[in-house]
Amino acid sequence: MSRIRILVGTRKGAFILTSDAARRGWQMSGPFFGGWEIFHVAGSPATPDRLYASQTSSWFGQVIQCSDDGGATWNPVGNDFRYVGDPGTHLHYDGTPKPWAFKRVWHLEPSPADPDTVYAGVEDAALFRSTDGGLTWQELPALREQQGAKWMPGAGGMCLHTILIDPVNPQRMFVAISAAGAFRSDDGGASWKPINRGLHSQYIPEPEAEVGHCVHRIAMHPARPGTLFMQKHWDVMRSDDAGESWFEVSGNLPSDFGFAMAVHAHEPDTVYVVPIQSDSEHYPPEGKLRVYRSKKGGNDWDALTDGLPQQHCYVNVLRDAMAVDALDPCGVYFGTTGGQVYVSADAGDHWQAIVRDLPAVLSVSVQTLP
Amino acid sequence: MATVRVILPYHLYTLAHSDAELELDVPGAVTLAAVLDALEAAYPMLAGAVRDRATGQRRPLVRFYACQDDCSNLAMGALLPEAVATGREPLIVVGAIAGG
Repeated sequence: MSRIRILVGTRKGAFILTSDAARRGWQMSGPFFGGWEIFHVAGSPATPDRLYASQTSSWFGQVIQCSDDGGATWNPVGNDFRYVGDPGTHLHYDGTPKPWAFKRVWHLEPSPADPDTVYAGVEDAALFRSTDGGLTWQELPALREQQGAKWMPGAGGMCLHTILIDPVNPQRMFVAISAAGAFRSDDGGASWKPINRGLHSQYIPEPEAEVGHCVHRIAMHPARPGTLFMQKHWDVMRSDDAGESWFEVSGNLPSDFGFAMAVHAHEPDTVYVVPIQSDSEHYPPEGKLRVYRSKKGGNDWDALTDGLPQQHCYVNVLRDAMAVDALDPCGVYFGTTGGQVYVSADAGDHWQAIVRDLPAVLSVSVQTLP
Repeated sequence: MATVRVILPYHLYTLAHSDAELELDVPGAVTLAAVLDALEAAYPMLAGAVRDRATGQRRPLVRFYACQDDCSNLAMGALLPEAVATGREPLIVVGAIAGG
């Protein structure tokens, strides 16, 4: 019988939640790395008990932890993230050039096929790869050649936060950066191109620039990797040509600002977002925590509220804090900055809080175990 | 070869899976850099946690104390006090009081 393992990164440590396929009774372990910020924990699809965690601290820097027993025990591996060559400068908030400097790892994306290969999206934005289980890291520097001098940090920092590997063609990868935009490689990361045509961002000097857009998240369904969904700073977008062009699918959302996004495990046109009031007010509109689901690939959205607080709720749901499992019916999960982790075991129709009082949740990833 | 005592803050000795107080063999002159070289050689997971990997300088929110003095702004190549070099006093690594 399948089991579910949720890997939760928070401002003050990591937590692991497990359940059987019913997804009603949950056991929690943790905190792991208590007191540290855990930006992301991710499991290898190839060897699910191989986990990687990004542990970081303003005091003591970056640590990458690795587990080979599903998170029961951990060992620090490599944390030497060196840019290739002189990385030069990017734009600072005030428009002046600022030297590139490594700060932290936002996202870890293990290879679908090899448990020792894992990608890391970092701040200041760059993509690194390890092929030895995280012991050593090598930058894929061609990404920064895509007008990196024009990239600028979003409010949370200039972070590479999303890495998608095409399951059909592993040479094809997508990444997203705040605030640079989305980029695609068709040769395993050796070269990249910006894929931001169709994005319109009023808050940048050239609203339809090739780079500079504050993309918050992109998501795909593994069976249809040419279709991408994007939660931009403002606007929910869709591409049906692997990012060559985008069109808006915000439709009837109460706000098209937000961070998190996920696609249903079995329905490529069913997509989930969590609208947030605005870029100035990072909480749900009207104090109602609502997941919105479109079963038509966007534009036509339904509010999912059963089991979610519908008054006095002022939490945020961050970009890496929403995920789905692979069971049928599909489970949907998200964590909040208020420390709740919610599950829906029926594709969003009904929700329950698994835990309510964790530190602020930074990331949620889900493993469906045999 | 000097034997130098180093006291680590909670987050670093838990990261190193070590005791809070360590004894390190330091070859040559007992400078801050030499002690940190010995620390990182014995506990590789602490590389980058005390001094920045790119610059080799003390991370901004890490402080060093010895013999009741703040040594944080000593040059990496400066000698530590004799009491530290002879093991009578420890070099204390502290996470600065900041944040929430």
